[in-house]
Amino acid sequence: MATAFTRQNSTEFDFDHLVQHDRVHTSLYNDAAIFDVEMDKIFGETWVWVAHESELPGKGDFITTHVGMQPVIVSRDRKGVVRVLLNRCRHRAATVCEAKKGNAASFVCPYHGWGYAQDGSLRGVPMADGYDASFNKSEYGLINLRTESYNGLIFATHNDDAPSLDDFLGKAKPWIDLFMKQGGGYPVSTGGEHKFRFPGNWKIQLENTTDAYHFPVVHKSFLNSLDSQAEELFSFLDGDGYVEDLGNGHSVMVMIPELVDLDANLDDPIPDRFEELAEELRKEHSEEEVRRIVRAVGGTGFNLNLFPNIACSMAFFRALRPISVEETEIRHIAITMEGGPEAANQMRLRLHEHFQGPMGFGSTDDAEAWERVQRGSQAGPDLWIMLNRGLDGDGNGPGGSNRGDVSAETGMRAAYGEWKRMMQA
Amino acid sequence: MSTSIQLSEATALIWQEAELLDRQDYDEWLKVWSDDGLYIIPIEKDCDDFANSLNYIYDDQSMRDMRVRRLKSSFSMSALTAASTVRTVSRFTVSNQSDNAIEVRAAQILIEHKRDNSRTVAANVDYRLVRGPNGLQIAQKVVWLANSEDSVNGIGYLL
Ligand code: FES
Ligand SMILES: [Fe+2]
Repeated sequence: MATAFTRQNSTEFDFDHLVQHDRVHTSLYNDAAIFDVEMDKIFGETWVWVAHESELPGKGDFITTHVGMQPVIVSRDRKGVVRVLLNRCRHRAATVCEAKKGNAASFVCPYHGWGYAQDGSLRGVPMADGYDASFNKSEYGLINLRTESYNGLIFATHNDDAPSLDDFLGKAKPWIDLFMKQGGGYPVSTGGEHKFRFPGNWKIQLENTTDAYHFPVVHKSFLNSLDSQAEELFSFLDGDGYVEDLGNGHSVMVMIPELVDLDANLDDPIPDRFEELAEELRKEHSEEEVRRIVRAVGGTGFNLNLFPNIACSMAFFRALRPISVEETEIRHIAITMEGGPEAANQMRLRLHEHFQGPMGFGSTDDAEAWERVQRGSQAGPDLWIMLNRGLDGDGNGPGGSNRGDVSAETGMRAAYGEWKRMMQA
Repeated sequence: MSTSIQLSEATALIWQEAELLDRQDYDEWLKVWSDDGLYIIPIEKDCDDFANSLNYIYDDQSMRDMRVRRLKSSFSMSALTAASTVRTVSRFTVSNQSDNAIEVRAAQILIEHKRDNSRTVAANVDYRLVRGPNGLQIAQKVVWLANSEDSVNGIGYLL
């Protein structure tokens, strides 16, 4: 177990009281002491998503990011192995890399010049004869976190005793496979991102990706900007969608069932808003390819929420990072088809810009709503955050799992169940 | 007769646009654009291919129209509660000039205020202005936010 220091003793809290099946206590949004425990017991222990493999395709490629509060480098070493390294010099703690991404033969600390290889091992120490004979470079490599990946998604954990990533993802894996079909026959690649912060707790965002209930209210101005066909498609609250608890805090919210499998229903009519693109693609692609690409461009019809920090959300990745008890950073990472038709990728980018980002037609209103949640939670400190929509779906899913209708709060209950289990572990 | 555009003419239009945006007079704002005008807020500092990159905004005329409809619709709570803004545009330099067209680089400093908080939004702005049958209009405006590659929080107005 790698986390050394728990700032708050978690036994101070009565989590059985604070987290009940159908409600959680308001203090989960605004108690800084609970936040400290979360950083140790959740972000310090479980698998945290750090990157998509397309962000570091070649040897020596790296990005910098965070696991919880801790800065890390995700680096592909000279053997092609992906490493997640704590971004902290083993001499006196300076970050060894501040670039957001790049390619580097090595990481040289800017303070006294210790040099580290792409796998984190310490290679060079200036004026090494100033150390005595007991100094052994092999003891001072950058700390490697345990790193595993599934279908392009790279995760890291501080916890050497954590179950395998495979076991952790469990029933979420087939949904990840379905999500990756939006390459439309090409590899899925990240294509830039919108990053923003809002003054609110990270769990407000965690809840939101499995919250269909807000869509027609918060996103009415987005819906109004669509053609009538698309507006109909996104008016999914009266459809056959559902939310299913997938175990380990993960859940899937199916909003548009006919867009779960992008390889299916290729004979369906092409929606009006994609007709121009289809016409363009027909110049160089067979009708079958055109249909597959066009269907992939719009993304899937579901949000897969992976506890605690990543969602595969219809047509993009959404990653969250806690900054403090009442500040959260969110990245909406666009997806493109690696080597795919330019017109199709441009349309993907334009669709992303339409909804996402600080000036998008959707995210801007989400951010306003979440800020209001945090502000409102200052009132009535003994009140509860209610999660009791769709309780009648509990036990109704495959194998007796919980599965409610599309607007059910089943996914939030799944996440808080895992939260409680980890906080009490 | 010379058809070149003087910097004073260009700054007059740029200031008019800035004033319309601070006043949130979006219908009038739409009219300062040429039909093929592009309104762009890039993310990456060295972006030289906006169409093939993810941007914050990449608006042609129809997206600008939709954007304005949304801002005015009263169905967007971020637009309804948008910060009030005061902006200045200055430090003008002419980067290119031809018949009936001028390219101007400028600095924009905007202060917004919302819910007891003021924040500064700083940007370099590249304008391309063209003279057509409707007089001088904006053919392209690229807003290079100083913080574009870091987190950029929700903006309920226009830059
Ligand atoms: S802190 Fe890195 S070399 Fe001294
Ligand atoms: Fe939303």
